[in-house]
Amino acid sequence: MIAAQNLEKRFPGFLLRVPRLRAEPGEILALLGPSGAGKSTLLMLLAGLLPPDAGRVERTGPAVYLDQQPYLLERSVLENAAFGLRLKGVPRARARRAALSWLSRVGLEALAERPARGLSGGERVRLALARALATEPKSLLLDEPTANLDPANVARVEALIGEERHRGRAIVLVTHNLFQAKRLADRALFLLAGEVVEEGPAPAFFEAPKDPRTRAFLSGEMVW
Amino acid sequence: MNEILEITLRSLLVSGSATLLAALFGLPLGIWLGARARPQRLAASLLYAGMGLPPVVVGLLFYFLLSRSGPLGSLGLLYSIPGMVLAESVLAFPLIAGFAMAGVAAKAEPVRRLVKSLGGSELQVHLTLLAESRRVVVAALAAGFGAVISEVGAVTIVGGDIRHATRVLTTAVVIETRKGELERAAALGVVLLGVTLLVTAILVVFGDREAP
Repeated sequence: MIAAQNLEKRFPGFLLRVPRLRAEPGEILALLGPSGAGKSTLLMLLAGLLPPDAGRVERTGPAVYLDQQPYLLERSVLENAAFGLRLKGVPRARARRAALSWLSRVGLEALAERPARGLSGGERVRLALARALATEPKSLLLDEPTANLDPANVARVEALIGEERHRGRAIVLVTHNLFQAKRLADRALFLLAGEVVEEGPAPAFFEAPKDPRTRAFLSGEMVW
Repeated sequence: MNEILEITLRSLLVSGSATLLAALFGLPLGIWLGARARPQRLAASLLYAGMGLPPVVVGLLFYFLLSRSGPLGSLGLLYSIPGMVLAESVLAFPLIAGFAMAGVAAKAEPVRRLVKSLGGSELQVHLTLLAESRRVVVAALAAGFGAVISEVGAVTIVGGDIRHATRVLTTAVVIETRKGELERAAALGVVLLGVTLLVTAILVVFGDREAP
């Protein structure tokens, strides 16, 4: 589970305020909103990568954040996948064995010994997911994991995210793709200029949004 | 010993030692500055300005410092190899520190975010950044070495271009050209190019090795 209460983060000319947020184990919460609404900032606050100015974040177990453009180390695919485990002090041979099984799950085992920097966009995301999942986090915080990917890779990454939900991870997903949010999310939260406009179960959120700004956003109107 | 070989070895000794001396101080400083969350604008400006230091001015400064009446005159380093190394290291220092700083700064935030997001400590952030910066370190060393081995102003003033004592490839090219020995000057030029390319290639191969 990952949750936040009365969370605030200020930047010059911008205030992010989230009174309440919660993603239960086995649940995907989609964070929606236009660019600059504060979605990525909120995700980094949840991950503990940014300190909040007020409020608190609760996590049951480790949470792993996946960047929009995941950084791959100048090492092999396998060493990248094992990196999180190595940070936790897992011996190299054991970390590599575990990493290899995660690479196999994301379909990259054949590329294990290749330099990670040579991977395609979709392969990079899958490797970053394998690296994150190898550490067995309780929560996954995904910042637009399928941005700029082709449909086949989008489907592959979405399938992985869906599997991880079924494995009981709490997942917070930032996406600009409303169709993806509808396909994956159990709950959705709409942010606008740092404010939570609406939050609720996905079916009600997408089919009968209460706030006119949410309706406008979901119907493709420009809102900011 | 063949004079060209003697001059080449001396060039390598002077430039290699100057690069190592500059790296000893420049790499830690550059990496430290680049890894800082807040950029140090004054230090960065000084380093970037230092990259354009005119070698003749540095040579002249060391001439004043090392000449018999200068503050370091008692050391007897003027027209000596250690004196040339000191002057060259001052030229290489801002290049090495500046390249290291810029390269590390470009990686610092994504590496920090990656390590922290996977639950790593601040120490692990720095160790990972160091491992990820080896290509940056190689580029910094290559830039420093390339600058000092091809430099002629400071080594001429501080070394005096004394045959069989302080003559290096660049000063030899100048003197042979002045004497009209163009074939010899060209041969020395080719050796200079070859040495620079060889050392850079060795550094690049070293930098391309996979991190453990």
